[in-house]
Amino acid sequence: MIQPLTESSEKRFTLTPGPDGLIETQTLEVSIGPQHPSTHGVFRMDCVLDGETVVALKPVMGYLHRNHEQLAERMAWLGSMPYTDRLDYFNSMTNNWAYALAVEKLAGIKVPERAEYIRVIMAELSRLQNHASVIGFMLQDLGAWGTPLLYAFRERERILDLFEAASGSRMMCNYFRFGGVRVDLNDAMVAAARDITAKFPRFLDEFEKLLTSNEVLLARCQKIGILPKELAINASISGPMARASGVDYDIRKVDKYGVYGKFDFRVPLGDIGDVYDRYYIRVLEMRQSIKILEQALRDIPQGPHIAPEVKLRNFKIPPGDGYGRVEAPKGELGFYLVSDETGKTPYRYHVRPPSFINLTILEDMCLGHKVADVVIILGSVDIVLGEVDR
Amino acid sequence: MEAIEKIKEIAAQGVAGAQIEIINSTPAAQQPALLVDREHVYAVAKFFKEDPRFQMDFCSCVTGVDYLPKGDKPGFIEVVYHLYSVAQKHGPIVLKVRAPRELEQCHVPSLTPLWRGCEFQEREAFDLYGVKFDGHPDLRRILMWDEFTDHPMRKDYAPPADYEWEPTPHDETLQRAAEMHGVIPPTSMAELEKAKKK
Repeated sequence: MIQPLTESSEKRFTLTPGPDGLIETQTLEVSIGPQHPSTHGVFRMDCVLDGETVVALKPVMGYLHRNHEQLAERMAWLGSMPYTDRLDYFNSMTNNWAYALAVEKLAGIKVPERAEYIRVIMAELSRLQNHASVIGFMLQDLGAWGTPLLYAFRERERILDLFEAASGSRMMCNYFRFGGVRVDLNDAMVAAARDITAKFPRFLDEFEKLLTSNEVLLARCQKIGILPKELAINASISGPMARASGVDYDIRKVDKYGVYGKFDFRVPLGDIGDVYDRYYIRVLEMRQSIKILEQALRDIPQGPHIAPEVKLRNFKIPPGDGYGRVEAPKGELGFYLVSDETGKTPYRYHVRPPSFINLTILEDMCLGHKVADVVIILGSVDIVLGEVDR
Repeated sequence: MEAIEKIKEIAAQGVAGAQIEIINSTPAAQQPALLVDREHVYAVAKFFKEDPRFQMDFCSCVTGVDYLPKGDKPGFIEVVYHLYSVAQKHGPIVLKVRAPRELEQCHVPSLTPLWRGCEFQEREAFDLYGVKFDGHPDLRRILMWDEFTDHPMRKDYAPPADYEWEPTPHDETLQRAAEMHGVIPPTSMAELEKAKKK
């Protein structure tokens, strides 16, 4: 039976133009996430859409919050070393390094040279596998299902095998100790690292051939999510994201922590800071990482792998505070630590997570773009929720 | 970068009336901080950002630290800012500002108008420590859920005795619940039903 149109429904279906001659529309609120594959974990974006265009976007986080900092404040200094692995679970080596560096700064521990070289090798291998996988994930967000990601994972696998041989674990490495690393690299592991370094450029060439001038990638990524240089500095953006916007700031160059002062490498910079620049800066950074790895593996000296005077048990730090930071693959990873009179546990333990702070300007980058672009803009920020939520 | 005494002198000249005090880090870390009073911290931060000798354009790390009262010394919440300069590639200058621990008085001026990068980090300090940042554009909880009422990183925070989530509450949990609420909670579904009927 056909219902006759009532007055109200008739009114509803008649589109009357507004005073400007256009049909009146209203915005639509869409919640992307927290269970959405493109948010790379449990992360939510509250979008307000006008048609397909984003007019407001608020990141919502904390779904994975476990109060990492408070847990660390209840443990001995070394106790939270394995727990730092779980921050950015892609790069446990650099997380370990940031924490070890901060503690060494507070306690004034000097690290033997071989240990510094091993740290550089591990950190740069982490950077290689992180950047390769991030590009893979970003392409996945673009709709290139599987292929680029699995190409990247094929290479990552070889690096993780080396991590497993050295530390006993593939992702949760827990490899660094205050004053050095837990176990020495033997000749076979150094040879494996050399082999990975020698073969990686071929993979990169292949990767670039498929992607860098790919028409779909260019069309979807260029002029999307532009982050101006001034805003990038003002909003404390760090890492590849800042450098894609042309901010010449690399902590490896500025602080010269470890033995980074000895290596010859360049800091690639982007021009406009769109998604494409953020993709390409990672490719270029991988090439520089290979350069560092070649030098480190060539020059690695013999000697102790950990400072022998550092006590594992009853390790204490004099009262006071300090901040140590490293250039993690995602940006500036820092630890702010406070020690009190007892000195056995951190009185305050604060993580400065790069991907959390890099999300500050997510709204600015997404405004005016289509909702489909939000997904790749987020992909190009490179977040890991273990670190964002802590 | 100049020595910390020199920096303090320059800042005191640049901002009239600011009370600045030097606080040392651990002997090895060599990162002495400047403790600024609450009224002048914004002006001092602005001075460091705009003065051509410093150009601290990058506010790297913002965090709170809770110090409980010790003896007759009152406790306080300290907010720590680590400033770096991207333009001149130096740093850090560590700014500290202290506020009383009582929630109503725990206010400090927000530095988000100077550095956008403080936005989420100050929200986090508010969420976990209960510091109210005056002048923050969007001061909401960020990691804890909105309905949460406490500030969990404070040193005197007591976690709730959430025994209802455990299928079989054990001795410790029951004791904690009894201490907090003065009652022993029902331990089985049957007891719970009974308690409800009453």
